[in-house]
Amino acid sequence: MSDEFVVKSDPELWEKLGMDVARFSGMPPMLTNAYRNIFLSQQNRPERMAYFDDMVANIHTGRIREICDAKDGGKPVIGTFCVYVPEELVVAAGGICIGLCGGAQGSIADAEKILPRNICPMVKSAFGFKVGKICPYFQVVDLVYGETTCDAKKKTWELLDRYVPTHVMEIPQMKRERDKQLWKEEVKDFKVAVDRITGNETDFEAVADGIRTINAKRAALQRLNSLRHHNPSPISGKDMLIIQQIAFYDEPVRFTQKVHDLCDELEKRVQAGIAVAPKSAPRILVSGTPMALPNWKLHSIIEGAGALVVNEESCIGTRYYKDLIDEGSSDMDQQLERLTERYMKIDCSCFTPNDDRIEQVLKEYEASGAEGIIDYCLQFCHTYNIEAVKLREACEARGIPFMAIETDYSPDDVGQLQTRVEAFIEQIKG
Amino acid sequence: MQVGIDLGSRTIKTVALMGGTVLHRRVVESGFEPHRQALQMLGEHPGARAVATGYGRHLMQQQAGLDIITEIKAHALGARHLFPYCRAILDVGGQDSKVIHLSADGRIVNFQMNDKCAAGTGRFLEMMAVSLGYDLRGFGEAAAVAEGSTPINSMCAVFAESEVVSLKNRGVPPEEIARSVHLAVASRLAAMVSKTCQCQHLVFTGGVANNKTLVSLLETTLGVPVLVPEDPSVIGALGAALHAGNS
Repeated sequence: MSDEFVVKSDPELWEKLGMDVARFSGMPPMLTNAYRNIFLSQQNRPERMAYFDDMVANIHTGRIREICDAKDGGKPVIGTFCVYVPEELVVAAGGICIGLCGGAQGSIADAEKILPRNICPMVKSAFGFKVGKICPYFQVVDLVYGETTCDAKKKTWELLDRYVPTHVMEIPQMKRERDKQLWKEEVKDFKVAVDRITGNETDFEAVADGIRTINAKRAALQRLNSLRHHNPSPISGKDMLIIQQIAFYDEPVRFTQKVHDLCDELEKRVQAGIAVAPKSAPRILVSGTPMALPNWKLHSIIEGAGALVVNEESCIGTRYYKDLIDEGSSDMDQQLERLTERYMKIDCSCFTPNDDRIEQVLKEYEASGAEGIIDYCLQFCHTYNIEAVKLREACEARGIPFMAIETDYSPDDVGQLQTRVEAFIEQIKG
Repeated sequence: MQVGIDLGSRTIKTVALMGGTVLHRRVVESGFEPHRQALQMLGEHPGARAVATGYGRHLMQQQAGLDIITEIKAHALGARHLFPYCRAILDVGGQDSKVIHLSADGRIVNFQMNDKCAAGTGRFLEMMAVSLGYDLRGFGEAAAVAEGSTPINSMCAVFAESEVVSLKNRGVPPEEIARSVHLAVASRLAAMVSKTCQCQHLVFTGGVANNKTLVSLLETTLGVPVLVPEDPSVIGALGAALHAGNS
C-alpha cells in the first residue's frame, strides 16, 4: 500500500499554468516520501482514509485539472488566506474557493528575496509559492482575496498584487456594533467582487445554496471531530490534520460525503473497540496558529513520542467549522446579516478583547478528553503569542498542563521540540 | 547496579549507582561518534540496568535498547535526590538552558527551554570566551575581578560576537567585556527563571554551573540562594540512573 502511493506529476499541465516546471518537478517526489513516512507508516488506519490519501496524490494534478475545467466553464476561482473570507459566497456564484496559506519551508527562500526575513513563515511561504511559480493553485486562481487580520499579511498583499490580482477585505479588530456594520459592508463588497468575475448577480436562492453547502461541510467536520474525541481514538491526530487541510482545496460536496463515509467507519470502529493507540496514550489538544499544508511538524513530533493529538483549536481545525450559519433567512439582506454574525463568532487572536477564545479552548479541552494543551505559535505571530499568556493563566488556574511553543517550518529545532514535547508527556504521566 | 548515561551536545556523562550511592561518574567529550563513545562507556558497567537521557537518548534507545527519559525529568530527579526540598532547577548545558518548576512532592509542574538559539547557553559563553582569548575557567575568573562593565545588548551569539569585537576596538579591557557577557547571560537566565516560577532557592545544574562568577551574579540578580551540586554536569546522568532504579 505504502509503496503504491505516489504524488502524481503532470509537467504539461504545469507548463500550461506558467509554473517553473523544472523546479517544481522535485516537489512531488519529496511529498511522496514525506507522506509515506509520516502518514502511511501509521498502524491500523481507517480504510476510508484512502480517499484522502488519493486527494494528496492528486494535489498537483487531478484536483488542478478539475479546477481548470470548472474555470474553462466560466466558474470563478478565488484564493483566500483566512477563514474570515466567506467561501459561501464563492460557492453561491458556482465558484471554487481555495485556501492558499503556505506551510512549506521550500518556498521561503523565494519570498525572502523580496520580503523581510523576520515575519510570519506562513505569509512568507505563501508569497514565495507565487513569486517562485511553484504552486499550481496560485497559478489557477482568478484573483486572491486577502484580509487585514495581521500586519504581515496586509502589507504583503500590497506586494502580492504585482503578481496576481489581490483584493483585501477589512476585518475589524474589535466586535462592537459599528465593527459589525463595517464587516457587513465588506461582505457585500466581496460578493460584488465574486459576481464581477461571472458577470451574473448571485441571487437569494444561490446564496441559500452556498450557505447550505458550506454548513453541510462544517457539520461533517464537527461530526468527525466529535468521533475522534472518543477514547481510545479511532483515528490519529495526523490523519485528522490532513483531512482538515484537504478541506481547504477539495470540492465541498464530495468532501462532505467522504467525511461522512469515514465517520460511518469510525462509528463502527468505536463500537468494535478498534483504536489507533491504547487508551493510556496521553491525549493532547493543540491550540493556536494554523498548520497549512504540508506543515505536519508538531503532530509528527507529538505522535512520534507516543501521545495522540485529539483536537486542533486552530483555523485549520475547529475555528473553521465550530459555527454554522442560520439557514432560515427570508431575504438576501438577512442572509448576509446572519452570515456576518456567524463570521463574527470566529475567535482569532487579532481581536481585542478575545476572551471568548480562552473559553472555547477550555470547552474543547473538556470535550476532547485531552490531558494537556500545547499552544502552537508560528514565529512572529504576536497576537497568538501574547494571548498565550492568558491561556496559560487559565490553564494554571484549573491545573491543566500547558506548554507554549513558538516555531517555524525549518527542521533545525526538531531536536529541541522533541525534548520539550517528551518532557511535557512525562509531566502529564506524572 | 544502575547506570545513567547523559548524551549531551558537548559531553557524555555516566553515573553508576548502587543502593543510592554513587560508585562511579565520568564525563568525556562527545567527539565525532558519540554513540560509539557512549556504548564504550556503558560497557564499563556490564549487567547494570541503564537509562539514557540527553540529545542522543533516541540513538541509545535504538542501538542499545535502553529506556529513555528527557533531560528535564532527569535533572529533576537528580537535583531532587541531592536537594530533597528543591522546587526550582536551572540547567544550563552546551546548547540548552532549561528551568524546571517542581511541586512540593517533586512532580514537574512547568518547565521552560530556550528556543533554537544559543543565547544563554554554554555554547554562547564558550564563543564569547574564544573571541576574547580566554579559556573557560579564565573567562569566569577575569569577569570576577573586572572593575566595571558595559551593557551587552545582543543575546544572539552572532551579533554579540560583533558587539564584543567593537568593544575590544574601543579599548574596553577584556575582563570588563568578560564581566559584561556574564551579566548579560545571568540576566537572561534570571528572566527565564522568574517567568517559570517563584522560588525560595534555585538549584543550578549542568556544566555552566561550574562557572562561579555566573553563579554569584545569578544570586545577586534573582535575590535567592543558588545551590550548586558538587559535580553539576552529571546531574542528568544521576537522574537517569535513579530512574533505572525506579523502573
